[in-house]
Amino acid sequence: MSGLNTLTIADARDKLRSKEISAVELTEACNAAVAGGDALNAYSVKTPEMALEQAKAADARLGQGDAPDLCGIPLGIKDLFCTKGVESQAASNILSGFKPEYESTVTSKLWESGAVMLGKLNMDEFAMGSSNETSAYGAAVNPWRRQGSDAALTPGGSSGGSAAAVSGDLCLAATGTDTGGSIRQPAAFTGIVGVKPTYGRVSRWGIIAFASSLDQAGPMTKTVRDSAIFLNAIAGHDAKDSTSADIAVPDFEAALTGDIRGRKIGLPKEYRLEGMPAEIEKLWADGADMLRDAGAEIVDVSLPHTKYALPAYYVLAPAEASSNLARYDGVRYGHRAKLQKGEGIHEMYARTRAEGFGPEVQRRVMIGAYVLSAGFYDAYYRRAQRVRTLIKKDFEDVYASGVDAILTPATPSAAFGLGEMADADPVKMYLNDVFTVTVNLAGLPGVSVPAGLDSQGLPLGLQLIGKPWEEADMLNTAYALEQSAGFVSKAEKWW
Amino acid sequence: MSIDKDTARKVAHLARIEVAEDQLDALAGELNGILGFMEQLNEVDVDGVEPMTSVTPMRLKRRADVVTDGDQQDRILANAPDAREGFFAVPKVVE
Repeated sequence: MSGLNTLTIADARDKLRSKEISAVELTEACNAAVAGGDALNAYSVKTPEMALEQAKAADARLGQGDAPDLCGIPLGIKDLFCTKGVESQAASNILSGFKPEYESTVTSKLWESGAVMLGKLNMDEFAMGSSNETSAYGAAVNPWRRQGSDAALTPGGSSGGSAAAVSGDLCLAATGTDTGGSIRQPAAFTGIVGVKPTYGRVSRWGIIAFASSLDQAGPMTKTVRDSAIFLNAIAGHDAKDSTSADIAVPDFEAALTGDIRGRKIGLPKEYRLEGMPAEIEKLWADGADMLRDAGAEIVDVSLPHTKYALPAYYVLAPAEASSNLARYDGVRYGHRAKLQKGEGIHEMYARTRAEGFGPEVQRRVMIGAYVLSAGFYDAYYRRAQRVRTLIKKDFEDVYASGVDAILTPATPSAAFGLGEMADADPVKMYLNDVFTVTVNLAGLPGVSVPAGLDSQGLPLGLQLIGKPWEEADMLNTAYALEQSAGFVSKAEKWW
Repeated sequence: MSIDKDTARKVAHLARIEVAEDQLDALAGELNGILGFMEQLNEVDVDGVEPMTSVTPMRLKRRADVVTDGDQQDRILANAPDAREGFFAVPKVVE
């Protein structure tokens, strides 16, 4: 049998409950995998001692019976989540050494469920990026490589460390956050499952803010069932997040019957991009066939404003980021620039931010300041908000016509090489989010499911987009797709 | 709309990010590239369309206007680059 670190949450849960394994044994296996996984640069902080303490407590709880599903399950936590007493830096130098005095709602819920924290996971700085290359810790590395090549590939971003860690078995599952595709794109690049819940389903409290109207946390796991179990643990209303929804949370795992007979699945014609690789086209068509074979009805649908989603996103997200990131001024936490004689507080603010923020964050904060500035607010920001209304209406119209979920590719390509986009226009990097960003703008749930390999042996993902608050139904369709696709490949261990 | 060197300087100031004078031209070029991409939005007919302010229609909850938290000065100051006598310390603001 391979190491315990390769288990799914569901299998580990059953083995823990039957006392076939202990949480301490499972955690020790994961700690060893984390210690041996430095080449992936997935963890920014490792917390093996804390993990063992939590594992001992989990074993005690398991011994009493009736432990929650995640009791004793070792997880990695994206660096964007504030964890009490453990560095939480959003992969930015401006939060250098920041140790929160509080715990995010999501991680609080995980620890209350008895889950175990292995450490903090690498990401793009402030979640701004699609390749993990904007991280102050350096890029995380994809466990997958092209056949016959040892070139380092990106695990995607921004939740790149989470994706690399789950895919490389350096944890059983991880938290991610998704503002424009940051859970689903890295999940697709690394052959794992990633879920962005409906906006408001999971509390944002204690998660370092990027674009508050788009940010949503979710699970990154090895299987759809694991995502359902994970989402059960973190979903629900939180009085500390005013946009968290006070509506009932169903049992997502119980919804996984695999029966999708009679479901209507839409294929949006606008997602058929010019120049899209034939392999992605084929994967998409294959996915539709699989769902049809499982009893679903496949229909063509139209989302006419798709083309404008990316430009609208790159107005709205930087605008919100420029406001959210105004708090990093060198006064209350993190980095503060050293001053020359005669300089004052204004130089301190501007130099602290110049030294602390990386180039992509600086670029977005400045774009945000520009589109919100007097004279340009209506032309850019207001207009983008109006376009966002139209994008949401596109989805509302499709769902009103009786469609239950929408199937699309998750990404326009497989994972690309680290450094390959270094000289590219920033806009070219933004195109990674072309299939995922609409979902954030419309506040919908989305899931990326690994569905095949490309000709170079790299994983490719399909995305299902659900109706608001219908994650259970969406995950059941994803479960049916997962079973048909039968994706079981793992990256060959080279690290 | 195009960003020149002076506008780039102004934007950097608005964002409170120090940018060296010899970097401003490059910055203006970069910002222009991104804004050019955004110009596509001008093709969309948005007449009569409400700007979205909340993606899920919801009423904000109310709560009683009472103090629920506090008395944790040490914890609030724990991460400050410079804290003295129970306060955040900053360079002199008023001459």
